[in-house]
Amino acid sequence: MTMIEVRDLERRYARRDVHALRGVSFDVEAGQRFGIVGESGSGKSTLVRLLAALDKPTAGTVSFQGRRIDHLPERRLGFLRSELQIVFQDPMGSLDPRMRVLDIVSEPLGRREPDRVAELLAAVGLPADAAGRYPHQFSGGQRQRISIARALAPNPSVLIADEPVSALDVSVRGQILDLLGSLVEQFALTLVFVSHDLGVVRHVCDRVAVMRRGELVELGDVAQVYDAPRHGYTRELLEAAPNLRAELARLRGGEDA
Amino acid sequence: MTLSVTGLRVGDLVRNVSFDIGAGERVGLIGESGSGKSLTALAVMGLLPEELPASGSVSLHGRELLGMSEKDLSRLRGDELAMVFQEPMTALNPAMRVGRQVTEPGRIRGRRHRAEELLDAVGLPGTARAYPHQLSGGQRQRVVLAMALANEPSLLICDEPTTALDVTVQAQILSLVKTSLPAESALLFITHDLAVVASVCERVLVMLDGEIVEAGSTREVLTQPKHEYTRKLLDASDLEARR
Repeated sequence: MTMIEVRDLERRYARRDVHALRGVSFDVEAGQRFGIVGESGSGKSTLVRLLAALDKPTAGTVSFQGRRIDHLPERRLGFLRSELQIVFQDPMGSLDPRMRVLDIVSEPLGRREPDRVAELLAAVGLPADAAGRYPHQFSGGQRQRISIARALAPNPSVLIADEPVSALDVSVRGQILDLLGSLVEQFALTLVFVSHDLGVVRHVCDRVAVMRRGELVELGDVAQVYDAPRHGYTRELLEAAPNLRAELARLRGGEDA
Repeated sequence: MTLSVTGLRVGDLVRNVSFDIGAGERVGLIGESGSGKSLTALAVMGLLPEELPASGSVSLHGRELLGMSEKDLSRLRGDELAMVFQEPMTALNPAMRVGRQVTEPGRIRGRRHRAEELLDAVGLPGTARAYPHQLSGGQRQRVVLAMALANEPSLLICDEPTTALDVTVQAQILSLVKTSLPAESALLFITHDLAVVASVCERVLVMLDGEIVEAGSTREVLTQPKHEYTRKLLDASDLEARR
């Protein structure tokens, strides 16, 4: 089943004369882990806003489970607001500092449900007593777990993760990525994973779309795009990304010389 | 020795940190947030906030920097000591054309630098009349680098200079650091990215909770780590191995 269908999507910001998306088309199938990589200004964030119907396109269409969502008014987007959830980069910016975790995670449910919250906290690896605490009492990685628990509360079918580990330390990053991977399995989610970091996308996704200046320049299975990139820009990105494995191989090679 | 740090202590946040950097040596300082790497750099530059006094010794070419007057320190900064921070926008004066900013360090010793030459050297010809907001993040970081290199400093400290930049721009800045730093200048390069440290530095110091827990050649530390924490960092950084 096609979960998300994007056709000829365009977004211009007339006042600033910016053409943020220039005719982007792709499908995300149910159960896929779909990565979107690109640098700043590539249109990733604009695309996320359109996928979540937080913005309207200038042209083109976005369909969710076969229904067009691109020009629906907010009052008719209720189904999408529970079916599609987003986890953002900076958990401190997306969690209300004055709310307890119980209320934060319950919020998408519309009422306080301690049992459901306890279940979700366990699923994201937080202790049960976390429910009574405030966001500032947690580390960055734990806060991101809270955001994930909240996103899962309404039982979504699609989870969009927008640079979810970019603000985290390396040792925590791996844990959150592994958590996302296991939750996708456990809750049969479709994952749309947006990042500037090619290594992270490779770790998490099975499909990947490479964006540059509002265009989708390459789309394919992760193994193909990373091992046999077709577009020059993809090659440039892959070469520019620091590669620990290659550096270690070079250092090890130096031992023989 | 260009820089000798001995028994450096900053409150409880940096404890008993000692290391040397010789002329022309490129040394990496790695660790996660809160490990004390930035405080160590600020202590060397004499830029710690007043409520955080440093003790121990920091000497540059044998001159003690801790306790040096602000006047003498500011003379050293931008001349013998230069620093590049993570966020170039806060390091630049938003109301001054970049051509004027890059020649500022030159006035310290009355050296006359031509802005165009300095900007050319970092791949920014013809931008002298631009203001910082008219440049991209990568271009701004090059301006900062041009300022830092203007007087051929004996010690350049880079604190996560590419963390806020796109990967293709990061590659350009790293190659600039490697190629434009004078051969006799010492480099202290702070980063959380092991791949970056491996490509830039020949020696590396690993910091955890305010202390240096491992030090050695980049090859030794990254291919035969002795400390458990270094091993943990390496495992966490190698995402490919986790698939």
